[in-house]
Amino acid sequence: MNSIVANKDTSLADLDRLAQIAQDVVAQARRQGASAADAAASIDLGLAVGVRLGEVETVERTRDRAVSVTVYFGQRKGSATTADLDPRSIAQTVEHACAIARYTEPDPASGLADPALLAKTFPDLDLWHPWDITPEEAIALGVEIEAAGRAVDARIDNSDGAAVQVGASLTAYANSDGFVGTERGTHHSLSVALIAEDDAGMQRDYWYDSVRRPSDFASAESIGRKAAQRTLARLGARRLSTRQCPVLFAPEVARSLIGHFLSAVSGGALYRRASFLVDHVGQRVFPSWLQIVERPHIPRGHGSTAFDNDGVATRDSDLVRDGVLARYILGSYSARKLGLQSTGNAGGVQNILVEPGADDFAALLRRMGSGLLVTELMGQGVSLITGDYSRGASGFWVEHGEIVHPVEEITIAGNLRDMYANLVAVGSDVDPRSHILTGSLLLERMTIAGE
Amino acid sequence: MSDLILTAERQLLAPGGLASADLERVFARLMGPAIDAADLYFQHSRSESWVLEDGIVKDGSHAIEQGVGVRALAGEKAGFAYSDEIVLPALLEAAGAARAIAHAGASGVGRPLAIAKAHALYPPIDPIDTLGNEAKLAVLREVDAYCRAADPRVRQVIVSLAATVDTVLIAHSDGTLAADVRPLVRLNVQVIAEANGRRESGSAGGGGRYGFDELLAGGRARAFAQEAVRSALVNLDAVPAPAGTMTVVLGPGWPGVLLHEAIGHGFEGDFHRKGTSAFAGMLGEKIAADGVTVVDDGAMAGRRGSLSIDDEGTPTQRTVLVENGVMKGVMQDKLNARLMGQRATGNGRRESFAHLPMPRMTNTYMLPGAHAPDEIIASVDKGLYAVNFGGGQVDITNGKFTFSASEAYLIENGRVTRPVKGATLIGSGAEVLKRVSMIGNDLKLDEGVGVCGKDGQSVPVGVGQPTLRIDAMTVGGTA
Repeated sequence: MNSIVANKDTSLADLDRLAQIAQDVVAQARRQGASAADAAASIDLGLAVGVRLGEVETVERTRDRAVSVTVYFGQRKGSATTADLDPRSIAQTVEHACAIARYTEPDPASGLADPALLAKTFPDLDLWHPWDITPEEAIALGVEIEAAGRAVDARIDNSDGAAVQVGASLTAYANSDGFVGTERGTHHSLSVALIAEDDAGMQRDYWYDSVRRPSDFASAESIGRKAAQRTLARLGARRLSTRQCPVLFAPEVARSLIGHFLSAVSGGALYRRASFLVDHVGQRVFPSWLQIVERPHIPRGHGSTAFDNDGVATRDSDLVRDGVLARYILGSYSARKLGLQSTGNAGGVQNILVEPGADDFAALLRRMGSGLLVTELMGQGVSLITGDYSRGASGFWVEHGEIVHPVEEITIAGNLRDMYANLVAVGSDVDPRSHILTGSLLLERMTIAGE
Repeated sequence: MSDLILTAERQLLAPGGLASADLERVFARLMGPAIDAADLYFQHSRSESWVLEDGIVKDGSHAIEQGVGVRALAGEKAGFAYSDEIVLPALLEAAGAARAIAHAGASGVGRPLAIAKAHALYPPIDPIDTLGNEAKLAVLREVDAYCRAADPRVRQVIVSLAATVDTVLIAHSDGTLAADVRPLVRLNVQVIAEANGRRESGSAGGGGRYGFDELLAGGRARAFAQEAVRSALVNLDAVPAPAGTMTVVLGPGWPGVLLHEAIGHGFEGDFHRKGTSAFAGMLGEKIAADGVTVVDDGAMAGRRGSLSIDDEGTPTQRTVLVENGVMKGVMQDKLNARLMGQRATGNGRRESFAHLPMPRMTNTYMLPGAHAPDEIIASVDKGLYAVNFGGGQVDITNGKFTFSASEAYLIENGRVTRPVKGATLIGSGAEVLKRVSMIGNDLKLDEGVGVCGKDGQSVPVGVGQPTLRIDAMTVGGTA
């Protein structure tokens, strides 16, 4: 890590080398008879430090490399990957991919992206901010975060530790239509999980921050304190009786609701008809006041990129306009399966913005009146094919806009179709720590299962 | 075992010009001041998968990964570095980085390496080559054809066939030298059925540590196909699940996810050393109903969660976690066992050379009781009968856990009636096993599909249980 970020930044030269490897792999595939091919090469470097109860617990240095290749013989496809960038291993990897393509069957939708859609300009998205921190400094920072949390209250009597993570990724993508693209980005995070205890037992909660540029971090003090406050707030949690009531998803869990929507309008689920939102383009999914847009080029955005995994140029576009689904989320393959054009989403979405409303968190609590504030979700009970939703939850019972007591060991259930259609409000309290940017989401009504 | 060592050395050390004597040099570098223990984990992994969708074998992929993880331990501290190049300079550099965790103190000394004893639970084969490519494709096509012919409501069939082999060589400063060749195969079937504008999916699959011959023996592929179609069709008729606390009967086999979440994670040694598990300090206490006995057994032949040795070279074993309702043991890796003055139980596992080992489950299951399954269902006036599940999750600190049913029915007046939509069940690990009132005589282990995640690391696991009656559990439906 030090050699690349602290002492001397060799990332541009490394990117050139990765681009060369990707182009070589494509050329080798063509020489072996492939009619088309693409390849990606990447290096991920990192330092992760874990601290617990004031002492360092783990120091991990990471360095992951990968080369992947997909070959096409007409419409037949084969893929292979290797973590070994040695030329001999790379040659074998190309051979493996070609060997597989001898057995797969022609797929009319397979192939590279439409050349007309490939990225031609590569704006600087300001994603490269190496963090010049030594392991000793990272340990000290972790200790500081944890100590700030433990100092809040004597009931914080244990810790799951603090973590400081430093990361840098370099990737190159090339295809046999002459596309070569490179990207470098850094991603760093700070986190801490604390444990509090009272007569009723232990509770754990955590807080974190995640940034592209270290100077954007929240302070160590604020992260530690926030984790402590969240943990303490859970002490004395109770169950609720089974009921129906309004539910407010705090921003850190609200984005999962948007995530389910994104999955349900993504090409893979649609062409398999495995989504409750098949054939919904042009139809109202959300209330007419809701807007969701994709903004792939936000400087330092968590999901920012100039081109998708197929090399297709990314661009600003509407996803939901006045509550109506404006388009699907498609890469080249799923687009061809559906007879549509790629939306530059091979590999997923970039930055998704749910347009914030006027109400801040406190105003949303008042607007809900009495209901459930959800701050944590558990389990996987979401069916994209039917929209049925049933997950474990914890949070707080709210009356007259005020938090009354913490709640645990309940489930919340409904159907995503109704949950989206009956959305009441989006908060102004946008959580910036993800590529899905949304404030709190207030839902009209869900079923709570409890006592 | 010594044959395995030779195989592993040939594959892992020889290509980079390394010999076992070089390992001593690396340990000499690693075992600096204040280092209590250190280990090297060499791994070469090769995998292949094929996917059929829309009636054609549309995708295949091949992957190779290799590297060495170097760990140095000082008290509760772990320094860790890894390299995907298995050559001496890279090893020495990683060793230097790993041992930087400790700054001062007495110099530790590694013991001379000696080959560890272990049982052989699976053949040391590369399963990818146990079946020709044409034959693999024929399996996919046969499953596809079977599903489509089974019912006109079947609209989409996705079948995948995957195999992987991990060759590992482990050298530990306590003198352990161990190697393992770990095959793992899996067949998966997903079906989407559609009727009257309603769509549902069903899936089935399984596998284990053996070759394709065993995976495909006895018509297992067809049985998976049948099961996937059946569950998709059942769900087409499902009505909303009830909401509230009620009696729940869990079917045998994969519903053992309950044990994995409700107590399994809470019985992992690291959470006990740190005092962060709701079960910490409860050894010897009654935590479950009479008759409840739960074990974690990594030493079962051929199973997905099995390992001849764990990822620290410790032979796996059968560890009793709960015996007749009383908490008996926890699962340990070497670090946590040493710090707690206990014995390692062969539960030290890691996702790969690039990850640190920690205590993890292997095959976790409940022993059978005396009741016939029919008798258990007949005993319930009104409740839920859940026979298949997706995944689950647990908060080990407060013990709350969830797991989500993918196939469930109402029980009315002692009989299984209508199918209900999947619902998440939620409970408290400390409470739920106290409410087990009947244990079936039909212990079944799952088909070999489990993947367990902890701290971002995934490892294959198994679960199992007999039919169980739980007197009160919260069911998260909408009706």
